[in-house]
Amino acid sequence: MSVDEIKIGGMGASRRRVEDNRFIRGKGKYVDDVVLPGMLHMEILRADVAHARIKSIDTSAAWEVPGVRLVLTGEMMAARNLAWMPTLSYDTQAVLATDKVRFQGQEVAAVIADDPYIAKDACAKIVVEYEALPVIVNPDQAQSPDAPLIRDDKENQPTNKIFDWEIGDKSGTDKAFEEADVISTIDLHYPRSHPSPLEPCGSIADYDRSTGKLTVYMTTQAPHIIRAAVAMVAELPEHQIRIISPDLGGGFGNKVPVYPGYVISILASILTERPVKWIEDKTGNLISTGFGRDVYLQGQMALRKDGKILGMRMHTISDHGAFYADAQPTKFKIGLMHSTFACYDVPAAHLTSTGYYTNKAPGGVAYRCSFRVTEAMFFQERMMHAAANDLGMDQAEFRRVNLVKDDMFPYRTAFGFLTDSGQYDKCMQVGMEAIGYDTFKEEQEEARKRGRLLGLGISTMTEPLGAGNSREYDILGIKMFDSAELRVHMTGKAILRTGAKTQGQGHETTWAQIVAHELGIPADDIVVEEGDTDTAPFGMGTYASRSTPVAGAAVAMAARKVRAKARKIAAHLLEVSEEDIEWELGRFYVRGNHDRGVTIQDCALAAYSNMPDGMEPGLENVSYYDPPNLTWPFAAYFCKVEVDPATGVWDVLKFVAVDDCGVRINPMIVEGQVMGGLTEAYAMANMQYITFDESGNCIGSNYMDYLLPTAWETPGFELHEVVTPCPHHPIGAKGIGECATVAGPAAFVNAVMNAIEHTGVRNVDMPLQPNRVFEALQTGQDVSGMPPVKVE
Amino acid sequence: MTSLYNEVAADPGADTPTRRVSITVNGEQRTVDIEPRLLLAHLLRQGLGLTGTHTGCDTTNCGACTVLFDGRPIKSCTMLAVQADGHDVETVEGMATASELHPVQEGFKECHGLQCGFCTPGMMLASKALLERNPNPTEDDVRWALSGNLCRCTGYQNIVKSVLWAAEKMRAENGEEA
Ligand code: FES
Ligand code: FES
Repeated sequence: MSVDEIKIGGMGASRRRVEDNRFIRGKGKYVDDVVLPGMLHMEILRADVAHARIKSIDTSAAWEVPGVRLVLTGEMMAARNLAWMPTLSYDTQAVLATDKVRFQGQEVAAVIADDPYIAKDACAKIVVEYEALPVIVNPDQAQSPDAPLIRDDKENQPTNKIFDWEIGDKSGTDKAFEEADVISTIDLHYPRSHPSPLEPCGSIADYDRSTGKLTVYMTTQAPHIIRAAVAMVAELPEHQIRIISPDLGGGFGNKVPVYPGYVISILASILTERPVKWIEDKTGNLISTGFGRDVYLQGQMALRKDGKILGMRMHTISDHGAFYADAQPTKFKIGLMHSTFACYDVPAAHLTSTGYYTNKAPGGVAYRCSFRVTEAMFFQERMMHAAANDLGMDQAEFRRVNLVKDDMFPYRTAFGFLTDSGQYDKCMQVGMEAIGYDTFKEEQEEARKRGRLLGLGISTMTEPLGAGNSREYDILGIKMFDSAELRVHMTGKAILRTGAKTQGQGHETTWAQIVAHELGIPADDIVVEEGDTDTAPFGMGTYASRSTPVAGAAVAMAARKVRAKARKIAAHLLEVSEEDIEWELGRFYVRGNHDRGVTIQDCALAAYSNMPDGMEPGLENVSYYDPPNLTWPFAAYFCKVEVDPATGVWDVLKFVAVDDCGVRINPMIVEGQVMGGLTEAYAMANMQYITFDESGNCIGSNYMDYLLPTAWETPGFELHEVVTPCPHHPIGAKGIGECATVAGPAAFVNAVMNAIEHTGVRNVDMPLQPNRVFEALQTGQDVSGMPPVKVE
Repeated sequence: MTSLYNEVAADPGADTPTRRVSITVNGEQRTVDIEPRLLLAHLLRQGLGLTGTHTGCDTTNCGACTVLFDGRPIKSCTMLAVQADGHDVETVEGMATASELHPVQEGFKECHGLQCGFCTPGMMLASKALLERNPNPTEDDVRWALSGNLCRCTGYQNIVKSVLWAAEKMRAENGEEA
């Protein structure tokens, strides 16, 4: 008999997580928990000004603190050709500043000492003399003709502009606008936000001169890319570099880039011949590591009277900070911003983008996001909201008219993506019913008569998850495939390794479920390992919701190849030819004679003890998976709020999320991902942003100023599912990790706008803090979030 | 006796002041010589090797460093280790017995109340303290009791569920005993 898939923890089982066994006992191993013999501790001195020439650095007092082993400055890095390093977007970034500091929080010097307290003491004794320069904190200032040049270190960089980029069909779009009955416009700012995983970044570099081996424990979502980067930057042979990413306390895109602290700790270990630990504090993390967003979004939509979209134009102006360090596929300068409107049937579209340097920390990481998709979908759904209002059409009706229909897949978007599958209208129906859409307008009017302001907002989207096929997607030339290695031991137990790296997504649990689904080996018999470049096959890491679409597919393919070999062994054991062998979960049997069979465990034993003549022993496989396309999940979110007219405070009355991420490997984990993502969406809509004053001081450099929602503020969410299997993924799964963060913010904002737009206001920029909402209610005017803010 | 961090250092010398403190940690008395400025979180983590207590923010905001101090949840990143002299500290490592998990630990696993696990020890200890005070909390009681602990992964909904699950289990167990 075949085994029961749910019982063995296969696909579709809400299997409890394996990794929890250590986490609930406090036995997780995060970077800061690793202690190596003889380990030293490093602290970084950061610039307290945003733009200044360095006149001198005096480290003598720091050297005198007992217990200090090394003090590093930019000059010393430069002597070893390590003062600058390449970024993921073909720019350069200072490791330790030599000429100027270009943002507040930039790394200026480092102290390595016997303990972290001593290192901090000594850091405070370093004297840096600066000559202040004018500070630029937004693209507007950056493009002014008399703006100071931030990147005077670069040749061929006469201004602060990084790029101009465009995609789409300009003339076709122009034509659509000529034919339009109605043209709708919108102008938005998506504020700078920090992914802020609870655990900050850190590393322990351990260089062994006797073997030439460099081992680095590091908070990284992409250990193999880091290995390649270290090989390039530090000019060490790649086979002598071992990157270990232990348990990560969250990532959300923040732990993708290479940070100066990692590089400095490596050099410090080489120089001291001791392990060197660097653990960033929260302020260091918030002011210097990868930000998300910070982009101005301007749009226009050409519409026919009956609600049909004819075309759309979009212009983005992005603020990348002092170094263009966006983590994104090389081909696309502003990420996958052009995935905007992928769920709607839009005949013509055109996107132009301009990026600028400013005196802010480098930004542009994909914060729970596939490379600017969050901004793209926020823009899309705010534009849809404005357009429906301009047409005088119902919000749901307007979307349903324009959503791609089930029979139109695969559907080629105006920007050239090929969306794979979906049941968009069904998702709409499920959501509308759950939120009580049909009776809402009445409810809203009733409430308004009594002075209460209710609003309902919708956000729908499909997004490109699982970068990506090698024709289009690479990072620094490395194609974005992924990998899995499956070894089945003779007792039928197995070990699986992948090139991805879990940070809370539960890979140790779900990857085993895929193998269980493919082979019928109980998930509890499979151990999953990731994050050690000496043992895991090469992979591009975990971000942009790409693990299930790419690494998950590689797991399925590795298991299938193992099964193919096991089939040959089964034929040998059953003494029939391979063509006469049938498979059911966990077992091969002879066609026409169901009782005569062998289990996958029998085959595993035979692979080591009784293989057919001429067959290579063992039962294992390494698979590399180059996805044919991205996967396209769909989300339809409905949010109902009440705004207090006296204070501008808004409360979520109900939130309905309908997600279609294809086949769900572990429904419990999928729901966990959605709830976590919705909370980040709520955070961005309501409170979570980082801004800068005119002098470039970062406002939001700690958790007292950078507000994150607690259990108290966070609303409850009602989740629904629709399943449209992905047609090109081996197990029909699509990405899910970021969907809620991407689609969520617009649902909240549209709901609040719906509650207050009777005053004439069209837009309040995020975050919708009470003071902004109150101002909009009082004045009927838009409220812009354009920095810099004045600090009173 | 542990002299914190000094296992690799040269002798700190006579001018580094140290204080001897005795703290009961997870039921065991520990006596250590430490610098007076050492934070309790660091003593637990580096000095005593109890790395289940995490530090997320250093500003008393995130609660990853929450431990029970004489049974009450406190943030160990904001307490000097010397202040704990003579007191009782419980960390996540003290929650389970050799054979049995605490119901709060079981609840977190059962209800998917954690993802990356970084906030989890602090969350669980704050939850344990709540349930000792209030064996029958409402959802709002739980949300309020945990509002000093941040989680960036879960969205809290499953954490709340986990605590309510544990409450029910503890009530059932206590009912049986009674
Ligand atoms: S580390 Fe103590 S509250 Fe955050
Ligand atoms: S589980 Fe990651 S911070 Fe809570």
